Amino acid sequence: MLSKAKLLFARMLVPLLLLSVAGPVMAEKTRHWGDLNMTRGVTDVSRQIYDLHMIIFWICVVIGVLVFGVMIFSMFVHRKSLGYKAANFHESTTVEIAWTVVPALILIVMAVPATSALLNLYDTTEAEMDVLITGYQWKWQYEYLGEDVSFISELSTPESEIYNTADKNEHYLQQVSQPLVIPVDTKVRFLVTAKDVIHSWWMTEFGVKRDAIPGFVNETWARVEKTGTYRGECTELCGKGHAFMPIVVEVVEKDEFATWLSEKKAEVAAIRELTSKEFSLEELMTTGEAAYNRTCAACHMANGEGIPGVFPAVKGSAIATGPVTDHLSIVINGKTGTAMQAFGAQLSEVDLAAIITYERNAWGNSTGDVVQPIEILNFKQGQ
Amino acid sequence: MAHGPAKGIGRWIFTTNHKDIGTLYLWFSFAMFLLGGFFAMVIRAELFEPGMQIVRPEFFNQMTTMHGLVMVFGAIMPAFVGLANWMIPMMIGAPDMALPRMNNLSFWILPFAFAILASTLFMEGGAPNFGWTFYAPLSTTYAPPSVNYFIFGVHIMGASSIMGSINIIATVLNLRAPGMTLMKMPLFVWTWLITAFLLVAVMPVLAGAVTMMLMDVNFGTSFFNAAGGGDPVLFQHVFWFFGHPEVYIIILPAFGVISAIIPAFSRKPLFGYSSMVYATAAIAFLSFIVWAHHMFTVGMPLTGELYFMYATMLIAVPTGVKVFNWISTMFRGAMTFETPMLFAIAFVILFTMGGFTGLMLSIAPSDIQYHDTYFVVAHFHYVMVAGAVFSGTAAVYYWLPKWCGKMYDETMGKLQFWIAFIGFNITFFPQHFLGLAGMPRRYADYALQFADWNMVSSIGAFIYGAAQLLFLFNVIRTIVAGKPVTEPKTWEGAEGLEWTLPTPAPYHTFSTPPEVK
Ligand code: HEC
Ligand code: HEM
Ligand SMILES: [Cu+2]
Ligand SMILES: [Cu+2]
Repeated sequence: MLSKAKLLFARMLVPLLLLSVAGPVMAEKTRHWGDLNMTRGVTDVSRQIYDLHMIIFWICVVIGVLVFGVMIFSMFVHRKSLGYKAANFHESTTVEIAWTVVPALILIVMAVPATSALLNLYDTTEAEMDVLITGYQWKWQYEYLGEDVSFISELSTPESEIYNTADKNEHYLQQVSQPLVIPVDTKVRFLVTAKDVIHSWWMTEFGVKRDAIPGFVNETWARVEKTGTYRGECTELCGKGHAFMPIVVEVVEKDEFATWLSEKKAEVAAIRELTSKEFSLEELMTTGEAAYNRTCAACHMANGEGIPGVFPAVKGSAIATGPVTDHLSIVINGKTGTAMQAFGAQLSEVDLAAIITYERNAWGNSTGDVVQPIEILNFKQGQ
Repeated sequence: MAHGPAKGIGRWIFTTNHKDIGTLYLWFSFAMFLLGGFFAMVIRAELFEPGMQIVRPEFFNQMTTMHGLVMVFGAIMPAFVGLANWMIPMMIGAPDMALPRMNNLSFWILPFAFAILASTLFMEGGAPNFGWTFYAPLSTTYAPPSVNYFIFGVHIMGASSIMGSINIIATVLNLRAPGMTLMKMPLFVWTWLITAFLLVAVMPVLAGAVTMMLMDVNFGTSFFNAAGGGDPVLFQHVFWFFGHPEVYIIILPAFGVISAIIPAFSRKPLFGYSSMVYATAAIAFLSFIVWAHHMFTVGMPLTGELYFMYATMLIAVPTGVKVFNWISTMFRGAMTFETPMLFAIAFVILFTMGGFTGLMLSIAPSDIQYHDTYFVVAHFHYVMVAGAVFSGTAAVYYWLPKWCGKMYDETMGKLQFWIAFIGFNITFFPQHFLGLAGMPRRYADYALQFADWNMVSSIGAFIYGAAQLLFLFNVIRTIVAGKPVTEPKTWEGAEGLEWTLPTPAPYHTFSTPPEVK
């Protein structure tokens, strides 16, 4: 009987041995298979999380080896085919108490570092700067509070790569029109909210994930210790563009950040200047087409036909071919209770004027109307 | 009194017989399992490579939503209600379920619920696309018009579950044979009794949640709309107050099945019967007070976060007790490894792995990184597929000879087991890596660094899918052409009243109650 058990063991041993040789080789080979484990990240919090993750992982491994060890031993030795006779014990209060109390103690030990990590994670006091992050279907808006700088950050991977007509670049789906820029070694407080559905702002390397919820402003923070470009994503299902609203953060030296911020301010001023300029129909149509495809086509589609039942067509629609003020109103103020956002706060006057002009003249909507940026400004101020 | 089944289709439509209704539930759930499985194949085919190849993102979201809803409410829950119908009367020595007409109704409304749900796929604007957790306001203000049909479907499913549970409670409490005290009941009956109470408690909460949605969508209320003074986070609290007990509703009866099979094939009584009962009750109680561990990133206050973390960690204790008891049952038994036992052992190993990841997820700071990634997807498939589905499969192989008087083909059964076991692990083990490396769940498309493991996972999914077709084939072949068996006890080590009955089990059993000593 025993020799039979040994034979079985020997048979088991061969694959095990093979595995232990193959394991390291595979690990070497799989390097390009991406990371297998959580990142340690570049903040205090992310490292704390990583450590917790590894502690609890190893606790599970140890318990697993013990428990499965007994089980596998039993499976090989306590077999009827080996002539093993079943014992008849089926109770032991001592053992039951032991395996209730010991795990409970392990958990208490585990709870201590977990609690202190959570305290740290929640400590948003003494921040050196604030960034307001707003989630929209399907892009992020970053506003540097107190600095009058705010911009939209959206996916910049071209459709052609997504629909496989062009080769995918290295940062496929992890690149944006304008990254968030923050200074290194600075405690930045993120205020996270949303304007339509719930999104979630996740920057893996910072150990930051906070849901962006309409009507709430959540707080979280990061002090990044290393400059570089970091990539993250939206982690709360938010509709069809959920996989297509990545996050890119550039962490730069403090003086570099100051320069960037002042350039950004100058840019904002320059765009404001343009508001009073008079544009031709052609100019507006070209700018408008690009801006429309960037901002509106996700819902209304590039051909203006929308998605029946969900997003209405703009092509031939009553509003896009009717009175201009109605059109201005819906684009600038959106329509509450629908997916149509208030774009007045997201886009510049020039872009708004161009998009509206484009919508009123493209796809056979030949109203001939030209809307100038100044009209947009007047409309906004008039209401 | 002792008449056989009626003839023709009428037998199935009007039946009040617990065995017939059990059979209906089981076939229905298998049909839903294949439908939900088909949706999963669409998802995995799209995720085979980066880039959109097969479907559009909006349709992808409909697939993930329908997959989740159909699997949870259409496949797993009815499967265990079917097992309960077949087995509980036979296990406690009752002639039938206590409320046979309600039993018929609770089954027959289900096909309508799922017909309504499936029909949304053909509607303008498409099927529900907001995930099986249907968080507001994506599922209210921003939902496709089919959301109303979804709500109606959920109401019907809820009504069906509540009726089914009342029936089980009534049967277990009233129809036990003389001498069958509560602490003598097989664990399958115990776990179902407790599950039934969970269902009665939380299904109305789900009904409340979807009714508030209905109001928000159609009548301009603002329960979950911040702009009208409502609260989207409230939705999540209400949903998970239902949702977390729901995951135990799914797993507790599976625990019961495993607690029957392991002793049978170890030829040794279940270790720690009473501690198993207490552990089940403890899990059920805890399941009501941990719901917000699904919401560690919504920005709860620190104290709330801490409380839900501690409470969730506690669940690992009674869950651990169960696993230790099963292994002690196997220890020094005289084991054989027929198909039901193989599935039961795989259950113990894989469910425990799901429990380990559950424990990891309960650590709130770490959950910040795991939440809504493929790590969570791996976790719940280890507990729901390798847990509930494996145990359901084990149950079918275990009791099939008793049900139809035919023996399945052992080689084919084992073949199915190995394909399912390997396919399952190839599918879901790499998803741990994907999640830790940073791939969020419910993504229609992904960055290049996730490509390799996604491809592996998709290949595994196709293998696992094929195993289910083999399962169907095995069951049909057994019924049509299996070797007839007649001895009451199919398995040497099996215990319980069901094995004192003739094989196949007659249409009516225990018309006079057996004596239990
Ligand atoms: C997230 C999806 C989404 C995006 C992005 C979006 N819209 Fe809309 N839009 C909608 C929805 C939904 C409606 C229908 C609102 C209603 O129910 O009246 C709508 C309605 C409209 C209408 C009225 C159509 C009609 O005749 O009923 C116009 C015009 C319009 N949008 C313009 C735009 C412009 C311009 C942009 C880009 C700056 C844009 N939309 C971006 C979802 C969107
Ligand atoms: C040891 C016991 C368990 C613990 C501690 C545990 C813990 C958790 C936690 C904390 C989450 C939330 C993760 C997140 O979203 O970030 C979760 C998710 C989940 N768990 Fe468990 N779990 C356990 C067992 C189970 C069982 C037995 C089942 C079902 C059979 C289950 C099913 C699920 C499901 C379905 C989800 C995901 C729900 C969703 O977001 O769609 N879990 N679990
Ligand atoms: Cu999202
Ligand atoms: Cu839970």
